[in-house]
Amino acid sequence: MTASAERQVTEDDRVRLAPGVMLRLDKVRNHWQLLGPERVLILDEVALDVVRAATGKPVTVREAIDDLARQFDAPRGDIASDVLDVLTDMIARGFLTR
Amino acid sequence: MTSCGTTTGVEPPLAVLAELTHRCPLRCVYCSNPLALDPASKEMDTATWCRVLDEAADLGVIQVHFSGGEPTARKDLEQLVEHATKAGLYVNLITSAVLLDRERLARLRDAGLQHVQIGFQDTMAGKAEVISGFPGGHPKKLDVAREVTDLGLALTVNAIVQRHNIDRVNDFIDLALELKAGRIEIANVQYYGWALKNRGALMPTREQLVRMDEAVRARLPELKGRLVVDYVVPDYYASRPKACMGGWGRKFLNVTPSGKVLPCHAAETIPGMAFDSVTERSLGDIWANSAAFQRYRGTDWMPKPCRSCDQKEVDWGGCRCQALALTGNADNPDPVCDLSEHHGVLAGIIETDGGTAETPFIYRSFSL
Repeated sequence: MTASAERQVTEDDRVRLAPGVMLRLDKVRNHWQLLGPERVLILDEVALDVVRAATGKPVTVREAIDDLARQFDAPRGDIASDVLDVLTDMIARGFLTR
Repeated sequence: MTSCGTTTGVEPPLAVLAELTHRCPLRCVYCSNPLALDPASKEMDTATWCRVLDEAADLGVIQVHFSGGEPTARKDLEQLVEHATKAGLYVNLITSAVLLDRERLARLRDAGLQHVQIGFQDTMAGKAEVISGFPGGHPKKLDVAREVTDLGLALTVNAIVQRHNIDRVNDFIDLALELKAGRIEIANVQYYGWALKNRGALMPTREQLVRMDEAVRARLPELKGRLVVDYVVPDYYASRPKACMGGWGRKFLNVTPSGKVLPCHAAETIPGMAFDSVTERSLGDIWANSAAFQRYRGTDWMPKPCRSCDQKEVDWGGCRCQALALTGNADNPDPVCDLSEHHGVLAGIIETDGGTAETPFIYRSFSL
């Protein structure tokens, strides 16, 4: 039991989907969602890209940010702060784990 | 406002509670199953359930909750889990755990099961087993819970709270952490079915609830990111009703062991309602068009003061079954609301039934 669960995600972390969480395309509602026990999180395009980059393969958050910065040809600093915020929030809500 | 009475105005449901059977080795005194339980001979077969799962997925259902009774009493559970998964549904298992072991859990996981919710009657074995009427159940639950997380499945500890365990809510949270659960549901008993029969033996005092509430809220900050806490506040002591089931016929449907489709699991207590069966109509047709779903869907049915209330699309008039149980008429506003002319009945019930006494229980059984 660590008290660190609430801390901000850092670029050295590795994150993955929490047990019982899956990424799913809802064909009826036409959006992507994260499903977990008794809950649904609807993902917008940004959140979907972040989840895929950070959990789709075994990478550090740093590598995921590098990928996204390349993919969108955007300033890395802007991408990094968004990614860290999204991941921290998803961990706090139990969808992702470190 | 959407046209609630027509097919076009109806949103797809999010979840189905699939009550596979009413059979259960436990005899919990708080069970919300109806007093008239479906016998095994009336249970739908595997093929019919598979068709219902396909229809649910086509309708837009996202999650299925295999429940009961005790769903693991069905020998075809693995088949149903696999079928639901292939249909694109997220599969939850709501279980007492006492019939499970590692081998079966592994088979269920391999069939696509994501999440197991285990009900705990207390944190102390002896006290838990008085509530469940099932000796030896508590240690078995602990063993199975450890296997659940060891197999990589998500675990929820469902803490069913009433007067005899409410002072141990912190111990329930500690138990969930110790078992590596990702989620705890702190579920104060809702008084339907068998629980209503035992209300005088289960309902806590206002002081107990206040203490519990303070204890839970004090722990929420440290649990963030470690344990998801879903907390069902007992609304007998509230002044605004809950949006029961997220609103009648808005998000959930319930299929009973024999195939009846209900807007909530207690809806059969309402007299004069006819419920359609998936053995006769498709799930989508029932959801959109059946009289039972239309009866309290939306806001057109609402009496005063709901009709003109700015909360009417927040709480949707509260709970129909509770309105029936406490005012004698399911058409009334939920009397939990202090704007209801019947709100005073709650004070009377709290006076007569709220307490800490050791009142004798009536155990769940197939014959009263």
